[in-house]
Amino acid sequence: MAAYPAWDQDSARMIVAGLAHLEGATLPMLHALQDEFGYVDPQAVPLIAEALNLSRAEVHGAISFYHDFKTAPQPARTIKLCRAEACQALGCESVVAELSAKHGIAVDDHHAGDAIVETVYCLGNCALGPSALVDGELIGRVDAARIAGLCQHGRAHS
Amino acid sequence: MSANPVRIFVPIDAAALSVGAEAVAQAIASEAAARGLAVEIVRNGSRGMLWLEPMVEVETAEGRIGYGPATAKDVPALFDAGFASGGAHALRLGKTEELDWMKRQQRLTFERVGVTDPLSIADYRAHGGFKGLEKALALTGGEIVDAVKASGLRGRGGAGFPTGIKWKTVHDAKAEQKYIVCNADEGDSGTFADRMLFEGDPYLVIEGMTIAAIAVGATRGYIYLRSEYPHAHRTLQRAILKAEAAGLIGASVLGSQHAFHLEVRLGAGAYICGEETSLLESLEGKRAIVRAKPPLPALQGLFGKPTVVNNVLSFAAVPWIMDHGAQAYADYGMGRSRGTLPIQLGGNVKRGGLIELAFGITLREIIEDMGGGTLSGRPIRAVQVGGPLGAYLTAEQLDVQMDYEALASMRAMLGHGGIVVFDDSVDMAKQARFAFEFCAKESCGKCTPCRIGATRGVETMDRIIAGAEIPKNIAVLRDLSKLMTDASLCAMGGLTPMPVLSALNHFPEDFDRPPLPLAAE
Ligand SMILES: Cc1cc2nc3c(=O)[nH]c(=O)nc-3n(C[C@H](O)[C@H](O)[C@H](O)COP(=O)(O)O)c2cc1C
Ligand code: SF4
Ligand code: FES
Repeated sequence: MAAYPAWDQDSARMIVAGLAHLEGATLPMLHALQDEFGYVDPQAVPLIAEALNLSRAEVHGAISFYHDFKTAPQPARTIKLCRAEACQALGCESVVAELSAKHGIAVDDHHAGDAIVETVYCLGNCALGPSALVDGELIGRVDAARIAGLCQHGRAHS
Repeated sequence: MSANPVRIFVPIDAAALSVGAEAVAQAIASEAAARGLAVEIVRNGSRGMLWLEPMVEVETAEGRIGYGPATAKDVPALFDAGFASGGAHALRLGKTEELDWMKRQQRLTFERVGVTDPLSIADYRAHGGFKGLEKALALTGGEIVDAVKASGLRGRGGAGFPTGIKWKTVHDAKAEQKYIVCNADEGDSGTFADRMLFEGDPYLVIEGMTIAAIAVGATRGYIYLRSEYPHAHRTLQRAILKAEAAGLIGASVLGSQHAFHLEVRLGAGAYICGEETSLLESLEGKRAIVRAKPPLPALQGLFGKPTVVNNVLSFAAVPWIMDHGAQAYADYGMGRSRGTLPIQLGGNVKRGGLIELAFGITLREIIEDMGGGTLSGRPIRAVQVGGPLGAYLTAEQLDVQMDYEALASMRAMLGHGGIVVFDDSVDMAKQARFAFEFCAKESCGKCTPCRIGATRGVETMDRIIAGAEIPKNIAVLRDLSKLMTDASLCAMGGLTPMPVLSALNHFPEDFDRPPLPLAAE
């Protein structure tokens, strides 16, 4: 699990400058910033706008459009639980219900602590669902107890 | 210790990893070391028998012998049973090529997936790689386009538009810069063929895109990959670097005068980015709002330049076509659906996975014969074909053939070839509600029928599920569906009524609900 450095405007500026030569560089920049700091601080907006000769509104608009980009620091661990149709057919909604009833974990609740279980739609593991993506690793045939355990793990390390 | 190490294959496909393939590979390495046995562990793609993952294969004199599903705990016993030379064990499956699931298929696009080391250029070439590209290099762009046209290849991303005609438009367009864009957004539930191909045979897609570039005169290409696929992303990035270093792409394609620069770009978790114009906006760095067509992307695509946008599987079919000839490809299939279709079987099914077959096999054969029925053992009740915008079919409708027109005639669609099986515990009113909810969350927001209509759809379904004024609310539902179908700018809003209405029409009993007790209001 990644432990991110605090936002640093100078290293953010370096990251942005390093990608400015790409065609349509906005998304690569946002991904690189989020990889580095775990989120995209609003201070990135003027940096990117200036580097790419865009208005701040355009940059802000891109950040807010995409589900991936977070504008505040995130919990130590993010577990992305698939809730699309194939995983529904394999009981992902009972996993969600059990997480809340037995383990006190509400999916998509940002106030739940230093681990978060987030909804995503399809991880490409539809024959081995329910599926989850934990710190970039795919897990198949997942159940509520396993996810709750992974949340605990997130806490212990933070 | 014998001179030649035994070659043991352990998949590095994300689905195999999701059920423990990494631990199995490590256990094999340490167990072999402890026993002083020389082994070479090859990390291959998956053969597509996902219910058998992790499936380990051992190379023997008679061929590759499969064992699975294997856990790390099974490894010592496997060695005790002499699995390194194909010995008998409860997990022994026999020769992989002769397993029923493999033998029934017609693998053209997936011929190498699970067979080769995905990142080895030598292995790729030894198994027929780059033959299509080499043949294409000897032709004019127009001749390549004609071959693709003659093969009958239709876009595998969902709409089924003839690939050759799209390429011809870009070929004929005059511009100083043209682009090739590979749509690897694969957002549909129940689909994973693009991912498996990237993880199991990435050079095939690179080869297909390079042929497209030569055909239309493009020098730059982008693969737009969804961010939900970190494993595929790693493999692709490494494959592109290796292909560049080997002179396959870059300033000169295989020593020719053609340049082709290729880059992977990551999406950021938005389903609508699979829609081609929205994808282009995203590649340009903007909010991914759908563009009105015309102009077609073929004429004014990425940065306003002529652009080929094709699905991963469309590009991946081309090297085979160039190598074996357009007619050989067109000889597979039925009606206007030519060639083979990579079918993805998922959901509540016993043997889920990837099957490549000529168009024409029936849904029932796929789900019952290949899939073995439901995983839960309960009766099949509904099957969704073609992703979240595709129709739900009943168990009685499964004799339909996998073919664009056959499914369309049942008000269903093939989409990207994903099949999701549900057993009799499914609540179809909830599935209809989900279809609206998904559309409301993933709509790009450009047009009112989709943006507002989907939210109204969720509310209407909530009333139906609560048993409130059923006939009146069903009339609202039909009215809303008609409006969304007729007035949405793209298929996101335009096709959301397909799962909704198919659920309502085929499973009306789930919509006829007794009123909930008032306390629930
Ligand atoms: C909402 C929506 C989502 C789509 N998602 C995808 C996708 O994930 N992958 C894809 O190849 N095509 C997708 N398409 C279809 C593309 O717009 C386009 O038709 C396709 O990329 C063209 O390539 P093809 O001719 O090779 O199929 C989607 C379309 C819509 C309306
Ligand atoms: S139908 Fe929906 S997704 Fe498509 S353009 Fe309109 S609002 Fe956007
Ligand atoms: S639907 Fe959950 S992984 Fe595809």
